[in-house]
Amino acid sequence: MSFWELIVSLLGQGLVITLLTTVLAAILALVLGFIGGLMRLSKNKFIRFIVAIYVEVFRGTSLLVQLFWIYFVLPMFGLTMSALTAAVLAIGLNYGAYTSEVVRSGIQSVDKGQTEASIALNFTRVQRMRRIIIPQAFILMLPNLGNQLIELFKSTSLVALITLTDLTYQANVLNATTLQTTQIFTALLVIYFVIAWPMTKGMKMLERKMTEGRM
Amino acid sequence: MWDWNYAFEVLPDIASALWVTISATLVGFVLALVVGLIWTLMIRSNNKIISNVADGIVKFIRNTPLLVQLYFIFYVFPQFGLSLEPFTAGVIGLGLHYSTYLSEVYRSGIESVGPGQWEVATALNFDTRKTWTRIILPQAIPPVLPVIGNYFITMFKETPLLSAITLVEILQTAQNIGAGTFRYTEPLTIVGVLFLLLSYPASVALRQLEIRVTERY
Repeated sequence: MSFWELIVSLLGQGLVITLLTTVLAAILALVLGFIGGLMRLSKNKFIRFIVAIYVEVFRGTSLLVQLFWIYFVLPMFGLTMSALTAAVLAIGLNYGAYTSEVVRSGIQSVDKGQTEASIALNFTRVQRMRRIIIPQAFILMLPNLGNQLIELFKSTSLVALITLTDLTYQANVLNATTLQTTQIFTALLVIYFVIAWPMTKGMKMLERKMTEGRM
Repeated sequence: MWDWNYAFEVLPDIASALWVTISATLVGFVLALVVGLIWTLMIRSNNKIISNVADGIVKFIRNTPLLVQLYFIFYVFPQFGLSLEPFTAGVIGLGLHYSTYLSEVYRSGIESVGPGQWEVATALNFDTRKTWTRIILPQAIPPVLPVIGNYFITMFKETPLLSAITLVEILQTAQNIGAGTFRYTEPLTIVGVLFLLLSYPASVALRQLEIRVTERY
């Protein structure tokens, strides 16, 4: 196969799974990150403790170990799931832990005067968070969230190791059948780069657009 | 579900593989420190070609997955007559990948050194080498030490990827044990716990360092 045919064949077979895993895991990570980040700021010590455990466990162990654990160990406890579910769950939980720290520090870096002003305006706690704090904190979080999205996208290559048929997995299969090792892995690197690089650029543009006239 | 006897039986095997994991981290980290600095200096070079080439390489490495880079080094290099041991290939992959992240850290450190310091070096007639080693780097590196430390911990947690290129490190050892007995629960959990036991105290120590550094700078 020519280099172009290889690229087309890889894209045709693995791109959907790679992108699907990225999007689903990113959504899960963002939701968990916001829930975790807000819980971390709770006044209740017990809630803070629970989140701290979640964050430290998922940040302190390796993503690949978590992936294997969810895919190989959970079935022993009767929780069997598809490779895609396991992949989304592992990556989402892992990046959710990192995201919760981003959310926490973002919220904490919003100026105290904003909280005071919203109290003075008689906003409720929920209103204060939703209308005043989070919109400002979100802009502060954007650069970090963007970086994490790129890291998350790259980390989806690990799902090949639990037999999910993403780009990396298909490259290995293609390599075994055609033995065009050099072209296949070069094509694979190029494909990942061509997706990740515009993502990096896009996040930078979004960041600039959101901060326009604000900072 | 969980068998303590079995866990204690497999623990020594897994723990002994920890040395492979730790030495891969250490060697990879030293490589990343050195190569990262080279990238930074190349990108800062006045020669446009050198600067652009280094910048391009760094961007490419940063925007592609470490796992694929490992495959590339391990499976493609031999096509050009360069067969590497799994350990060597893994360490090169890890080191190269993280060198691009460290280069960014060095850059931010160097940029935080005030312009007056460069002027002083010129005024004192320091040559380029002396300017860097005596004036700029001693001021640029200490403030970014916590970030560098963080990357060390991150690298340590990335070493299980080396199992994909057949290096028998801690995760691969656990996998092998699991494949032999069909019991993955204990070996894989032990691997997770070992990672947590090593990386958590390290990150706590780093937070202390960070507090001390912010006080000083």
